[in-house]
Amino acid sequence: MRRQIPLLITGFVGAIYIVTFFIPATRFVETIATDWILIIQAFAIWLGALNLLKLSIMKLSSRKPGAGYAAIVIVCFLITAAAGLAPITRGEHFLSDHNYLAENSTFEWIYNSVYVPLNATMFALLAFFVASASYRAFRARNREATLLLGAACVMMLGRVPLGDAITGFLPEGWTLSAWADVIMNFPVLAGQRAIMIGIALGIVSTALRLVLGIERSHVGGD
Amino acid sequence: MFERLLALDRRWIFLFVAVALTIPFFLGLSCKSYVSPEVKALYAALEELRPNSKVIVSFDYDPASEPELNPMADAFMKYAFHHRLKLICIGLWPQGPLEVDRCFNRVLADPEIQKLNPVYGVDYVNLGFQSGNEFAIQGMGASIYNVFPNDMRGTATSQIPIMMDVRDFSNVDFVFNLSAGYPGTVEWVQVAVDRYGVTLGAGNTAVQAPLVYPYLGSGQLKGLLGGMKGGAEFEALSGHTGKATKFMVSQTFAHLVVILFIVMGNVAYFAAKRKGGRA
Repeated sequence: MRRQIPLLITGFVGAIYIVTFFIPATRFVETIATDWILIIQAFAIWLGALNLLKLSIMKLSSRKPGAGYAAIVIVCFLITAAAGLAPITRGEHFLSDHNYLAENSTFEWIYNSVYVPLNATMFALLAFFVASASYRAFRARNREATLLLGAACVMMLGRVPLGDAITGFLPEGWTLSAWADVIMNFPVLAGQRAIMIGIALGIVSTALRLVLGIERSHVGGD
Repeated sequence: MFERLLALDRRWIFLFVAVALTIPFFLGLSCKSYVSPEVKALYAALEELRPNSKVIVSFDYDPASEPELNPMADAFMKYAFHHRLKLICIGLWPQGPLEVDRCFNRVLADPEIQKLNPVYGVDYVNLGFQSGNEFAIQGMGASIYNVFPNDMRGTATSQIPIMMDVRDFSNVDFVFNLSAGYPGTVEWVQVAVDRYGVTLGAGNTAVQAPLVYPYLGSGQLKGLLGGMKGGAEFEALSGHTGKATKFMVSQTFAHLVVILFIVMGNVAYFAAKRKGGRA
């Protein structure tokens, strides 16, 4: 029973979307199902947040190496949640504005002064690591690697103004930016299309297996 | 010597990249961008919109992608205000509505935009975040009021002047999606364009852009701003020179440094190989 009910729900919801796609008169059912999904997804965010908190508490209580990071997660989680849930604001708006995103709110301050710089810094580090990885990995070891290396150099130069500055004397269509466009519009496009079609076919077959109850791994089956 | 080059401490590379990125800020250099066909196509699609056209702008990114997407968001907003387009901003990422606010704060600080005197609720609105990813888009196809019942200030969406006649996608003239991943442009194409016939343009991070090129080729996506370069090209076309144009100089220098290191690495690799050393 613990498996049959989730399988029935999965099959029923899947069938709704298949039927309503082909029979427009039944679209109102799809609207209701979509509302349900939006509500469930909103709860899923809570579930994810609480799960993060639970795992962090368990990690902290185990006192294993790295438990300090869990403590930081818990403290930051609670402060941010409190700022978002409680009607607290900074400065002259203190306790007067219930919109957590209002100008000068504590939540906005945390976002602008803590989250934005930390998030941007972490991502910005990529530029340095990509440069270092390129230096070590881009070697013309064989024909395929040389092709990749050449395409990468054309893209890197063609996607910045320097490419046209170097090859500006060439006729239109022969500049590095034009070559970068050719790479994007033909080999990249063809490769992406093949990948997308493959993924789409995989999604359709997996979805059918789920709707028909053949795929049972999500309810703990084989 | 070549062996030492092959084993170069990566901190030297970091140093050169840092110098390449920061020095151009102090030199005041500028460069002219070649405008790619996908940016021209987006601009042409926007030029077809009449004043008072309703445009949904979906901010689907977080601060990590701000350097690439903020300049194009700013340029797009400025273009929209100058052309009297009505902006309905949403976020399918939780950070989206905050990015909307940050964008409006920057754009509305511009004296040229202040002269136009855009009014919240009449010329632009921030409807906030809705969870559900592609299901939120699908829900908007049936009823925007249902998916976004209130704006960020708590006003009922149906009571906001700009939203009074915008019930679903059939009342929207254009959608512009700023995307750094999932949910993003792919989902907007698959649901809003394919199911509801929405006209869609997008601004993506450079890493994300190749993933949506198939939709450009098929015409499902009207135009695309790819990475900072796309932002700089849009700034050039719209005449609002901003951060993307300025930052392109840094990006140019950084690319140059990376290419020089790749060339240096290959020279060292082949020289070491010829000598029978480590490679």
